[in-house]
Amino acid sequence: MYLKSSYEIRDKYLRKDMLPTIFCPGCGIGSVLQFTLRAIDELGWSQDEVVWVSGIGCSSRVPGYVDFDGLHTTHGRALAFATGIKMANPDLKVIVFAGDGDIAAIGGNHFIHAVRRNLDVTVILINNFTYGMTGGQVAPTTLKGLRGTTAPYGSFENPFDIAQLAVASGANYVARWTVFNYVQGIKSVKKALQKKGFTLVEFLSPCPISFGRRNRMKTAPELIKWYQQITIPISKAKNMPPEELEGKIVIGEFVDRDRPSLEEEYERLKKRAKQMMGFEEGEE
Amino acid sequence: MRKEVLIGGFGGQGVILASVILGRAIAVYEGLYAVQTQAYGPESRGGASRSEVVISDEPIDYPKALAPDYAILLSQEAYNKYLPLVKEGGIIILEKDLIPHRNSELEKKLKVYALPFTEIAEEEVGLSLTMNILVLGFFAKVSGIVSEESIKKAVLDSVPRGTEAINTRALEKGFELGEKALKGQI
Amino acid sequence: MKYPFPVGTNDFIQGDEAIARAAILAGCRFYAGYPITPASEIFEAMSLYMPLVDGVSIQMEDEIASIAAIIGASWTGVKAMTATSGPGFSLMMENLGYAIMTETPIVIVDVQRSGPSTGQPTLAAQGDVMQAIWGTHGDHSLIVLSPATVQEAFDMTIKAFNLAEKYRTPVVLLTDAEVGHMREKVNIPNPDEIELLYRKLPQSDEEAKFPFGDIHGDLIPPMPIFGKGYRTYVTGLTHDERGKPKTVESEIHEKLIKRIVAKIENNKKDIIEYETYDLDDAEIVIISYGIVARSAERAVKILRKEGIKAGLLKLNVLWPFDFELIEEIAEQAKKIYVAEMNLGQVYHMVKEGANGKTEVELISKIGGEIHTPYDIIGEIKRGL
Repeated sequence: MYLKSSYEIRDKYLRKDMLPTIFCPGCGIGSVLQFTLRAIDELGWSQDEVVWVSGIGCSSRVPGYVDFDGLHTTHGRALAFATGIKMANPDLKVIVFAGDGDIAAIGGNHFIHAVRRNLDVTVILINNFTYGMTGGQVAPTTLKGLRGTTAPYGSFENPFDIAQLAVASGANYVARWTVFNYVQGIKSVKKALQKKGFTLVEFLSPCPISFGRRNRMKTAPELIKWYQQITIPISKAKNMPPEELEGKIVIGEFVDRDRPSLEEEYERLKKRAKQMMGFEEGEE
Repeated sequence: MRKEVLIGGFGGQGVILASVILGRAIAVYEGLYAVQTQAYGPESRGGASRSEVVISDEPIDYPKALAPDYAILLSQEAYNKYLPLVKEGGIIILEKDLIPHRNSELEKKLKVYALPFTEIAEEEVGLSLTMNILVLGFFAKVSGIVSEESIKKAVLDSVPRGTEAINTRALEKGFELGEKALKGQI
Repeated sequence: MKYPFPVGTNDFIQGDEAIARAAILAGCRFYAGYPITPASEIFEAMSLYMPLVDGVSIQMEDEIASIAAIIGASWTGVKAMTATSGPGFSLMMENLGYAIMTETPIVIVDVQRSGPSTGQPTLAAQGDVMQAIWGTHGDHSLIVLSPATVQEAFDMTIKAFNLAEKYRTPVVLLTDAEVGHMREKVNIPNPDEIELLYRKLPQSDEEAKFPFGDIHGDLIPPMPIFGKGYRTYVTGLTHDERGKPKTVESEIHEKLIKRIVAKIENNKKDIIEYETYDLDDAEIVIISYGIVARSAERAVKILRKEGIKAGLLKLNVLWPFDFELIEEIAEQAKKIYVAEMNLGQVYHMVKEGANGKTEVELISKIGGEIHTPYDIIGEIKRGL
């Protein structure tokens, strides 16, 4: 795999006047952004045909740093805004860059419905198990027992598996990696971008400042080691009994299918409606 | 010229549809102004049903009936509730079979037409459901506020496809009965 | 172009239906909604018409998503609308603020019913006036219109789109269950007789660099829509003229918000529309709006017949508000009455406008029934 230099990617795709970013040392968002930009670059997509949409949170600041059209919206609502953009102009390619709190908590319902509709967007999900921007509160993804500022004694709730939620809700492509799965990450984002319908690539992404510090993993390398302990590749997980998978996070590609997307279905609906009502094309 | 029409009955009698057809005939085909309002409840079917049509040759300010010039009352409940509202000298049309208890004192000041409309619709048109259209025809004739032609057009605009013929029959039966009523033959 | 309903003719339709048809004729091609009484008829009509005119009508998971979707659609250059009633309008407050902050033209219809909470779903009220104007947090301005008849519901829907496009702002069409559900004669004009306005687009790449800057001196920046190569960044955070987030610079925040407010306030004369009835020599002035203004007009007619010099000021636009006009009227009138279906909302604005020049009294009615003319007359006579 030939890789362009990071400087080349940076110079081509980032808005210099928006830098530096707000991201902390050791944060994984930059890596995932790099995967996404490399995927776009390899696909040769024009910067003028892609819209980046986000909600609120650290990862949601990304559309501000990239040189594309971008809509930085309200907390959890990115996919609802994206629905309007994509349906109103299906020629635009839409990327939603989001965090786990944004997608799985306040935006949970928008998420499952956007997946259910099979809206043609790609969600790049930064899952750092925490609310980084607001200072490290627990998220719906925080594993049981882990700490946050709102769970000083450890989280006592069950976490969400966002990737499996997307699979069950009908997404066309779902994969999960850690930010250290460099090659798989780029390939997976590329695959997701090319596919019609709803696609999700989730990345376990270190947040040493807000999450690691409170869980005895003060640095990114410590978080990497932890990811190595808790993640299991899907090929291996398939042959493991459920007891052994308890507390583990499976990584890999979960689904890859081609159900018709929302815009394709709407085009069909328009034809059907016009036929029913005597509005055949060309009659105008 | 401001005229107020109140139609009252129970759900399923087609009270609302009758009022919409009347309003449409006036507003679209007579070139006058009309506004139709109705009392809504959460229940889609059954229960009491009431609708009003205000008609005028100038834009209508207050859109509801203050003292109806005309009332079509199709149930005992509607009769009890709305009869006292009708303007002195007003015309009321009653579904005779469904209003066994009458108030002769109040009726004295009104012009009253009472017929078994549902039974007539069943026996002479062949479908009791067309009673609302039959009454509308009767009303058009005895009130004189809307032409036969206009109401006919509005009926054809509004009834479900495939029911035009039977509803036209009901309407014409209404005209015929109205004509007779005007001549004092009923 | 073929339309999915008769044009250039009179029809007898509900207010909700008139709003949907007007939106189509105003060029609206994106509708997102969530079912709610008494606004669902708008959505149902849009679902029927939109596919036939190559537009989109989509049912979202809630009202938060509905308004979000229309804002997204608007940034692709499409005229977009949603409609709801009180409970859904409450949910829309979040993204209504986003639309104001990002200067996104959209139209929101609120077919008012009684509240708070689920209240009286099928009955009319005017309890959302303050919410429409001030419901979203932070300093702001927007435009709120109030129709009294089905014809006005039609005409004001077109006006709402025109104002939204002209001033790059959300516009609320604040109607109610009574106007929404009543059927009335309405003239649907030929499409070529309808004046339509469109948002200002950037005329050069240089202009497009300032999507939030007053580059024309009219307070309204051109809107660089998505997909045209401008690479515009839009955020609900306080931002500079280029759209760059500036969250701690107080002077940038002040400049942005003052311009967003001023573009509405400074154009009051263009936006505000009202009607008068027998107002010139009136000693008793009734101020009203929406459905209640029709009861008030009747009341004036009856009072005049009795020799009482009554007059009506019917407000068609509730925000921006013409406080100066109210003061002028207050200088002439012996007494002002505000008739509205709430416990006093426009009443307080009128009181502020009257500025102590004359007494202002509220004629309030809640519970779902509109004021009868005699409700209003009774209150006025009591004060004589």
